[in-house]
Amino acid sequence: MLMECKENMEAENKEVMNMIKSNRMYLEIDSCSENESFARVAVAAFCTRLDPVLEEIEDIKTAVSEAVTNAVIHGYEGGEGTIIIETTITGNEVEIKIQDKGCGIENIEQAKEPLFTTRPEEERSGMGFSFMEIFMDNLEVISEKNKGTTVIMKKIIGSPM
Amino acid sequence: MVRKQEGISEFEINKDILVIHVNGELDHHNSAFIREQADDIIYHNNIHNIIFDFAGTAFMDSSGIGVIMGRYKLIKGVGGKIGIINAGNSIRKILLYSGLNKITMQYSDLDSAVETISNERGAEEC
Repeated sequence: MLMECKENMEAENKEVMNMIKSNRMYLEIDSCSENESFARVAVAAFCTRLDPVLEEIEDIKTAVSEAVTNAVIHGYEGGEGTIIIETTITGNEVEIKIQDKGCGIENIEQAKEPLFTTRPEEERSGMGFSFMEIFMDNLEVISEKNKGTTVIMKKIIGSPM
Repeated sequence: MVRKQEGISEFEINKDILVIHVNGELDHHNSAFIREQADDIIYHNNIHNIIFDFAGTAFMDSSGIGVIMGRYKLIKGVGGKIGIINAGNSIRKILLYSGLNKITMQYSDLDSAVETISNERGAEEC
């Protein structure tokens, strides 16, 4: 009887572990504007296994687009480079890590301010980080001058709106 | 007059109104094309108002905000207006959060946008 109970508990634990086992997608792309749409569509496609509503998919696409565009325009300043996009699904949470090894951000707090842009002449609206913050549940920016920038965004899928 | 270019976006001139039928996704990659085409037409055709038609696109990010804001700066000196038609939920959300709702007007269709903008101009000139 005791033995049976223990077996049941182990089976249940295993089931729970399987449910929260994370699932990862790793994507490495060249830094160029043509790849921006591919990056957001690839991440969105990977996230569809969580059965998100259309609005959640649109939010993820916008946030990824902003982060990758930042890497292309600001990180590598339109030049050559590699962007790494790592998407991890754990339970009902998506974590998207977008990394460049470009010029880095001198003042992260200033960069995150709505409408702040270092490139008004290119008609950058300065809304990139604001959109990442609005459309995702959590945003973390790690940057070092001349080393690069990593943006980590998280979103719970299926959370009450 | 309708200009078609590479199947991306179409530009239509109606008196002093430029209608931009945005096709494809309005991101950083596609924004340069729309910007260059629109500015060329604005400079050469005495354009005072612009209507963005989003029927052909479901995606816009902050690069699109830059395009709309940039064109607004060009025409605001002559008292021009920016109209938006056929924007889906996702694009409406972007317009709302960016604050562009304050400098643009959304209309139900092209005819009512053209009519309203033309009438407003007429009223101002009287």
